Amino acid sequence: MADTGGGRRPAPGQGVAARCTGLVKRYEDVTAVAGLDLAVAPGECFGLLGPNGAGKTTTMEVLEGLTRPDEGVVEVLGCRWGSGRDHELRERLGVQLQETQLGEKLTVEETLRLFASFFTRSRPVGEVIATVELEEKRRARVGKLSGGQKQRLALACALVSDPDLLFLDEPTTGLDPQARLRVWDVVERFRARGGTVLLTTHSMEEATRLCDRVAIMDHGRILTLGRPDALVAALGADQIVEFRAQGEVARERLAGLPGVGGAIRAGDAWQLSVRRIDEALPALLAELERSGVALESLATHQATLEDVFVSLTGRALRDA
Amino acid sequence: MRERPAARPHPLVELTRARLLEFVREPEAVFWVFVFPVLLALALGIAFRTKPPDRLRAVVVGGTPAAARVAVLLAGAPDLEVTVLDPAAAARALRTSRADVLVDAGPERQDAPLAVTYRYDLTRAEGRAARLAVDDALERALGRRDRLAAREEPVTAPGTRYIDFLIPGLVGLNLMGSGMWGLGFAVVQARTRKLLKRFAATPMRRSHYLLSFIFSRLVGLVLEVAVVVGFGWVLFGVAVRGSVFALAAVAFVGSLAFAGIGLLVAARPRTVEGVSGLMNLVQLPMWLASGSFFSYERFPAAVRPLIRALPLTALNDALRAVINDGAPLAATAHELLVMALWGALSFALALKLFRWQ
Repeated sequence: MADTGGGRRPAPGQGVAARCTGLVKRYEDVTAVAGLDLAVAPGECFGLLGPNGAGKTTTMEVLEGLTRPDEGVVEVLGCRWGSGRDHELRERLGVQLQETQLGEKLTVEETLRLFASFFTRSRPVGEVIATVELEEKRRARVGKLSGGQKQRLALACALVSDPDLLFLDEPTTGLDPQARLRVWDVVERFRARGGTVLLTTHSMEEATRLCDRVAIMDHGRILTLGRPDALVAALGADQIVEFRAQGEVARERLAGLPGVGGAIRAGDAWQLSVRRIDEALPALLAELERSGVALESLATHQATLEDVFVSLTGRALRDA
Repeated sequence: MRERPAARPHPLVELTRARLLEFVREPEAVFWVFVFPVLLALALGIAFRTKPPDRLRAVVVGGTPAAARVAVLLAGAPDLEVTVLDPAAAARALRTSRADVLVDAGPERQDAPLAVTYRYDLTRAEGRAARLAVDDALERALGRRDRLAAREEPVTAPGTRYIDFLIPGLVGLNLMGSGMWGLGFAVVQARTRKLLKRFAATPMRRSHYLLSFIFSRLVGLVLEVAVVVGFGWVLFGVAVRGSVFALAAVAFVGSLAFAGIGLLVAARPRTVEGVSGLMNLVQLPMWLASGSFFSYERFPAAVRPLIRALPLTALNDALRAVINDGAPLAATAHELLVMALWGALSFALALKLFRWQ
């Protein structure tokens, strides 16, 4: 193991920080993860993206050694769970779970001291408090913190061991934009020190901002995997045109319009992937008029990961 | 920058510290552990305080000349409180336990010897005592000569009162209650809040987590025992006749037993409601049978060995031996063994069954 003094972390590109192959996890009658392969490179920020129930949290918990997989091979920092080195492995992981409520009666400092005591080597508590910018709340009880502050404390608990690999399960869900920015800031600083991050999110914005690569998941499988900009580019569209219209239009006709790459329909709502908005928009309006269909609303936006998900599943991420 | 390993606080110390801080910062818990037993002792101490023995209540069924004569004959009896009531009222008084015995002299015929009928509840000790006292008083008043010279020496020394019996029982109950509730709720709450799962994701030793509860109990028990025993001593003069060391040792082992049982009960449930039900199920038989409020000798001989095998019975017996009888620690070896077995077996089982998520 490349664990010597200052050069503790393996250089980027060398080895694999976390890997799973053919991962399957079933709960009674639900298959949460249905054959999943992924590899996270050292120093990388890897995002699992998908709606609730896609299997993101289960995948994380298997990698964290909290859940046993039914099938498949899991390897974290060169170790397999249950091979007698679990304890050693946990020393090198930082974990933030989705729903942990830390003890409300303890203060920020007491909570971190407690977590720090579990690790053979830990960062000074004061330093970690400074990292997550909770200096003013140092002596405040956890129960009195805001949602964003609690989330940063959870992050601090994961960082107090100075981990090589950081697991973040929906680190900003339910936070206001300001609070999200501060969490992102902490994650980016951790990465700047060479740490590896595996996170789940259903925010495309978060994935785009933080992740080097994302895997878009649905129903326990990976639909596609790659750099966020590459996934968007693969849509073959710069712009997305969304409109609602009353009446019948043939999907093939819309998909075949000049400048249009594809068309998806959900009831009265349509979504077109558009390569050239200057050609596509007039053609669309002309087609609708020709078909005698009344346009109710129309909007365009830059293509995002959200649109990648829609193009792969036919569903919008937030109501999937 | 990493701290030098030497500066690292031990996880067991930190876990125990966190546990105690959480307890002290929970006002309700402090109330139930410290204030409640004192209030209970106060209420029971007042209800069963030592007072001059009640006089036995004899009711003469009135309305006849014979009844009037009986009432006169009984008037001088020192331990009897005699009233004359008409037959209906007398029957009602007996039924509602306001009379211990009814004395019915019947219709007296001229010159016939006085004859009475006693009506009382055979199952009530007071009834039997009142019947004997009335009979004795009547016989004496009618001229019986006693042949035995008897002298009386009343005893009311501390150590034989109900409160002396009660205080060790309350100490035992308190150790059981705070051990089980204190641990059970904290563990299940940590489980519902996914805190156990979060801990499981760290290199924390699982046995350290469970042991921290036991250690925090040891700090708590010193205060709990001191509060109840001190209260009994100051207010009711209940003295600890044995050594403080023996008392501490018994309380220590008892506390370990209930900490172990508390962890076992809390090993699986996912909700606070679930664990509450289990806690009650485990504790209720001991509340009733283990002799905290009344002696378990009242139970049939066949079930007494079972009762003695219960950890609270062992704790109460050992506490009474030390507090009331001034027994040395060695005399409680059997009870200590029973408690230690309960504690060790349930702790081992808890560690095996414990659900971390």
